Amino acid sequence: MTISLPALLSQLLLGLVNGSFYAILSLGLAVIFGLLNVINFAHGALFMLGAVLTWMAMEYLGVNYWVMLIAAPIVIGIFGVLIERLLLRWIYKLDHLYGLLLTLGLTLLIEGVFRSVYGVSGLPYDAPDALSSSTDLGFMVLPNYRAWVVVASLVICFATWFVIEKTRLGAYLRAGTENPRLVEAFGVNVPLMITLTYAFGCALAAFAGVLAAPVMQVSPLMGQNLIIVVFAVVVIGGMGSIMGAILTGLGLGVIEGFTKVFYPEASSTVVFVIMVIVLLIRPAGLFGKEK
Amino acid sequence: MKKTFVLSGLSLAMALAAGAVQAQDKVKIGFITDMSSLYADVEGKNGALAIQMAIDDFGGKVNGMPIELLQADHQNKADIAASKAREWIDTQGLTMLFGGTSSGTALAMAKVAQEKKRVFVVNGAGSSALTNEQCSPYTVHYAYDTVALAKGTGSAVIARGDKSWYFLTADYAFGQALEADASKVVKEKGGTVVGSVKHPLNTSDFSSFLLQAQNSKAQVLALANAGGDTINSIKAAKEFGITKTMKMVGLLVFVTDVHSLGLKNTEGLLLTTSWDWNLDDKTRAFGKRFFEKTKRMPTDIQAADYSATMTYLKAVQSAKTVDADKVMEALKKTPVDDFYAKGSIRADGRFVHDMYLVQVKSPAESKQPWDYYKVVQKLKGEEVFTTKAESKCALWK
Repeated sequence: MTISLPALLSQLLLGLVNGSFYAILSLGLAVIFGLLNVINFAHGALFMLGAVLTWMAMEYLGVNYWVMLIAAPIVIGIFGVLIERLLLRWIYKLDHLYGLLLTLGLTLLIEGVFRSVYGVSGLPYDAPDALSSSTDLGFMVLPNYRAWVVVASLVICFATWFVIEKTRLGAYLRAGTENPRLVEAFGVNVPLMITLTYAFGCALAAFAGVLAAPVMQVSPLMGQNLIIVVFAVVVIGGMGSIMGAILTGLGLGVIEGFTKVFYPEASSTVVFVIMVIVLLIRPAGLFGKEK
Repeated sequence: MKKTFVLSGLSLAMALAAGAVQAQDKVKIGFITDMSSLYADVEGKNGALAIQMAIDDFGGKVNGMPIELLQADHQNKADIAASKAREWIDTQGLTMLFGGTSSGTALAMAKVAQEKKRVFVVNGAGSSALTNEQCSPYTVHYAYDTVALAKGTGSAVIARGDKSWYFLTADYAFGQALEADASKVVKEKGGTVVGSVKHPLNTSDFSSFLLQAQNSKAQVLALANAGGDTINSIKAAKEFGITKTMKMVGLLVFVTDVHSLGLKNTEGLLLTTSWDWNLDDKTRAFGKRFFEKTKRMPTDIQAADYSATMTYLKAVQSAKTVDADKVMEALKKTPVDDFYAKGSIRADGRFVHDMYLVQVKSPAESKQPWDYYKVVQKLKGEEVFTTKAESKCALWK
């Protein structure tokens, strides 16, 4: 089987688009896991909520995409504050498993409600006018919206990385991860920091949801379909590693894209095969630290 | 300890025996379909609702026995479908097994029904193997199958002069059957199949597959998938401008898919269906009743769910028993004529009735919500389903 260079280039680009979603979502998971030690299974549902909110705002209020790109993450961020304050707060002392079960329960609740109201076929959401055309790159016709997805998620990912790794605020966060008691003794309000971190993780999921609304059909199942892959991405990258989550997300998007050309039947499993291999060779993940 | 164990075992055995005795004075229909995933809108819980409507309209009783409906979600997994069917037959005294969407699950359930001698009716699943290579004396394939879709849509598209085809196929029993049946039609009519790509069931991003299809330079992009997969393929094909260079053909499209995508994205699409709510006064009456309960118009499968339930209950009534062999005999003897279809159930279990080649209306042509199809051609049942010459089913020789 021979495949031309242009065909490979276009698959690389498409892989990057999917990788962008993986990167943003796994970044949120990594940030939350890093500070809260909670495996946030509700991430997919929050991603879906971001997209559905965007659709609802357009359908019922006539609010456009660009407003929702800011508004949806804020709304879902506030929702995240509620989840953290009312539910998660009580289980930090318990095993990881409880956080996973709690957030899985939340996911089933949220998705169930939307499934019974909107069905599973999904709702159409058009790309904003400014991005609705496409560009002929020679080797492929790329819809401008997809290019925007890559740019927007790269900016958000690296901004997050910069804040956490290179600023004072990020230093508090990282210190809080290592030894919350000591940081609190220095006068930093750790519980507030935890709440805001969770809210930020949720906002990231919602942001990805808004980005996804015009690409995927807005449906109650859209998060479910993605989140399992994203968990595999986090495991491969290494739990709690920021840069690891970003790079692994993008990389796996590309690998998955190539699989769709060389052996399409395996495209839904390739990520998990890689996960198994990585776990066998480097149990802490590619970028994770052994403890 | 040992005593309690023996005792509880004994009481369990008694409970089971009681269940079996009890079963004989009830007609139990067990409906197993996708209730939560990509095919849930096509049939799903509203399919169960259509079956219940038929039971209620029948009066809730047949030959003095109350009729009961059990339902379960098989999540598109054949093992879940088969074990649930087995469980119901063994412990609940199921008299009829009602198979839903997804061919893998239907083929598995057909085997269980044959082994346990139970009437098996299937609407949602499309694989023509159900009444061909894997036919069973207990299977009734009621609504449509992949052969009818392939002959209906395939012939119409080739007749328009689009002869080179590329398939985008869901990688499981249904998609493979649909691709095989459609390829056969294409080749018979003088067309060529340039290639195909198989995607995993329940895929969200089709862009990569679509670019491969476009690179093939074929004239026709045929979608051999269904439900959520069809919706995502069509949406992505529009976005990537595939429809500018290729003609897209949906081999299995449901009215709920069109509703979800909107007419702007589906206008002009040719498809084959077994039924539409907007065909005549009788179909509209059913559509209206269904809409009042669900806020959605029924798909052809949901209408067939109602019709098949009625047909089964009438057969039980005339056979005066729930015995599968006698009910099957009654089913194959009595012609069906209702708002859904007119025809009869053949020796191989295929319900043969006319199908419709329809085209999706433009937004301007559509007069009201859910008014999506205009009938291009009525397809004769005897021609559009598997013919005797094509059949490999031993029951029909």
